[in-house]
Amino acid sequence: MSRPRTLRIDRITCTGQGLCAELLPELIALDEWGYPVLKDRTVPDRLRTHARRAVAACPRLALHSDRGRP
Amino acid sequence: MTLLALTGGPLWYASRAGGTLTLILLTATVALGIASGGRAVPRGVGRFEIGLLHRNLSLLTLVFLAVHVVTAVLDPFVHLGWAVAVVPFGASYRPLWLGLGTAALDLLLAVLVTSALRRRLGVRRWKAVHWLAYAAWPLALFHSAGTGTDTRLPLQLWLYAGCLGAVVAAVWWRLAKAGPGRVPGRLVAAVAATAVPVVLGAFLATGPLQPGWAQRAAATTVLLGGGR
Amino acid sequence: MNSSATARLTTRHLAAAPGAPRLLADWYATGRPAALADHLGRHGPPPVAAAVGGRGSMPLVEAVEAAGLSGRGGAGFPTARKLRAVAERRGRAVVVVNAMESEPASRKDQFLLHVAPHLVLDGAVLAAAAVGADTVHVCLPRDRSAQYRRLSAALDERRRARVDRVRLRLHALPHAYVSSESTSLVRWLNGGPARPQGSPPRTHERGVGRRPTLVNNAETLAHLALIARHGPDWFRREGTPDEPGTTLVTVSGAVAAPGVLEVALGTPLATVLDHAQGPAQPLRALLLGGFAGTWLPAAHQDTPLTRRDLAPLGAAPGAGVLIAVAGPVCGLTETARMLAYLAAHSARQCGPCHLGLPAVADDFAALAAGRADPGLLSRLRRRTGLLADRGACRHPDGAARLVASALHTFPDDVGHHLTRGACPAAHQPPRIPVPPATPPERWR
Repeated sequence: MSRPRTLRIDRITCTGQGLCAELLPELIALDEWGYPVLKDRTVPDRLRTHARRAVAACPRLALHSDRGRP
Repeated sequence: MTLLALTGGPLWYASRAGGTLTLILLTATVALGIASGGRAVPRGVGRFEIGLLHRNLSLLTLVFLAVHVVTAVLDPFVHLGWAVAVVPFGASYRPLWLGLGTAALDLLLAVLVTSALRRRLGVRRWKAVHWLAYAAWPLALFHSAGTGTDTRLPLQLWLYAGCLGAVVAAVWWRLAKAGPGRVPGRLVAAVAATAVPVVLGAFLATGPLQPGWAQRAAATTVLLGGGR
Repeated sequence: MNSSATARLTTRHLAAAPGAPRLLADWYATGRPAALADHLGRHGPPPVAAAVGGRGSMPLVEAVEAAGLSGRGGAGFPTARKLRAVAERRGRAVVVVNAMESEPASRKDQFLLHVAPHLVLDGAVLAAAAVGADTVHVCLPRDRSAQYRRLSAALDERRRARVDRVRLRLHALPHAYVSSESTSLVRWLNGGPARPQGSPPRTHERGVGRRPTLVNNAETLAHLALIARHGPDWFRREGTPDEPGTTLVTVSGAVAAPGVLEVALGTPLATVLDHAQGPAQPLRALLLGGFAGTWLPAAHQDTPLTRRDLAPLGAAPGAGVLIAVAGPVCGLTETARMLAYLAAHSARQCGPCHLGLPAVADDFAALAAGRADPGLLSRLRRRTGLLADRGACRHPDGAARLVASALHTFPDDVGHHLTRGACPAAHQPPRIPVPPATPPERWR
């Protein structure tokens, strides 16, 4: 498809609400304090919609999906 | 009482029903927003589900708010005009109490616009405006009590009590689940959650539930607003 | 940390290390700090005009690129790329001299600024000319008041002699481990707390006063000042082809003559130790890079000091801190104390660092004290693995490196502490001086 997208977390803004891991468990897990662990930064095409939903759902706007590779 | 409520055309009914539904939906949105703002969440519910519910309820609130406003303006019984829908305290009909509703509408519109643009604004500016939603809720409540044709119906009073209870419960739940820190903010929340029911109760007892409210409400003008 | 160590470093006349000294050449020649007159007499005024090119040409940036200079603050980023990135942005740029040196075991920037302040300032002024900056901010930690006074006097000297066309300003910042991070400096200069910023926009895009900002370590700028005068070929005469030049190293621990040395990159670690008159007892391990660095078993002491040779060992030259540990020492106890300090100095902005780092430090303290529960080691490894790359700055990454390398370098100690409780050496007085593990009082 088009250019790849990569996930980025603004660690200062993130407060560990955990919505991203619920919506995108394929790429995001949570640590024992509820903060996200990126399993893979690159968003595969099949998960693109889910990634977009996860980005939109973050109540702190801390999850970003940037154009291009990491 | 009942006779009074039955006068007026279908638009008047639609406006009253729309307003009441808006209040219920706004209460649900606000209560959900307050309760889910902290980190605690009940088991078995997804955080994202609460987030989506909050968003969808807020959009539904605006739909019914639009119905409420459009029908009220179109209704021939009170000649309001379109400006009243957005400019607070300028109405010919119960200017103060209607103005509160207009102010709440403006605040909600600001919240809607900033939420749509939140990625561009950044989280701080977005959240700063989002706090206005907290102010919109009591405004809507007092607008409803002060203007509402149905305020004196027992069912309507129970509804107000339910709305108050939901929001106050949400505040206390969030405060109870919150960790340490941010003492000033939590004090403000606790005081506000206590003050709103007390003030509303006192207002209802002295205002709308006393005889002659219709005349007094119509006469209440805002000093700076200049009612017609 | 303790002033006696600093005093010793600045008064001792160390023997010259392998390779001809450059930054410290005047110091070795005269044995006293260079005043402006000494400096100008030896080096002449900074060749600012030659640094500024015309359209499309950037002579100094090209010279630095040809010289292959990399940052000496720890990250080792190519200096020319940084210069170019700032120079290519629109608008007046700003240069920030990072002389925070918050690493407790490092003294090299303090020492360099003491003995050759004008070399560093020349570098800053030349870099400013190269990137089109009109202001240079020199950032020092607030608690080094003597250094502040000396540098302030050096700036006055330059002002009176009308050496520079750019504005030079001295700042005293709150001293926390993470306030030496480049984004911390920018944030503080913009009126905020001296805490790392992280996310985009990058400093070179929008830094101090929203202007393109070049942040460089003090030593890096001193090298740049010499490259501007002597050219890239001269710079490449020392060091390795991949990593040319010399670097300052702070050697401490079990050596007879701890201090700051200038060595060519590629010098074997053991040779560096020899020049600090070596360990009196058999070497047990080396801590390279300081508190956020890497433990190396003594067997690796012949590794050359280059990024390329150290990378397979998970280490890097960093800011040139080398601590020798010899004799009966408990590596876990020493590490636990450093970790407690690092955890206390988290900026408390990012959850993984704010919560994860103290948890790791507590686990490690339990291990060092011989109070390990059965699940401790696997929990410690898991939590350590979750520190790296999950913060706005590299503070948690450094702590994770320290933990992982300690577990790898001291397997006997780990075994002893897990099975039989704390080893006898754990009760010895600490070998590596660690500042108190209390959170920084102020960020502004």
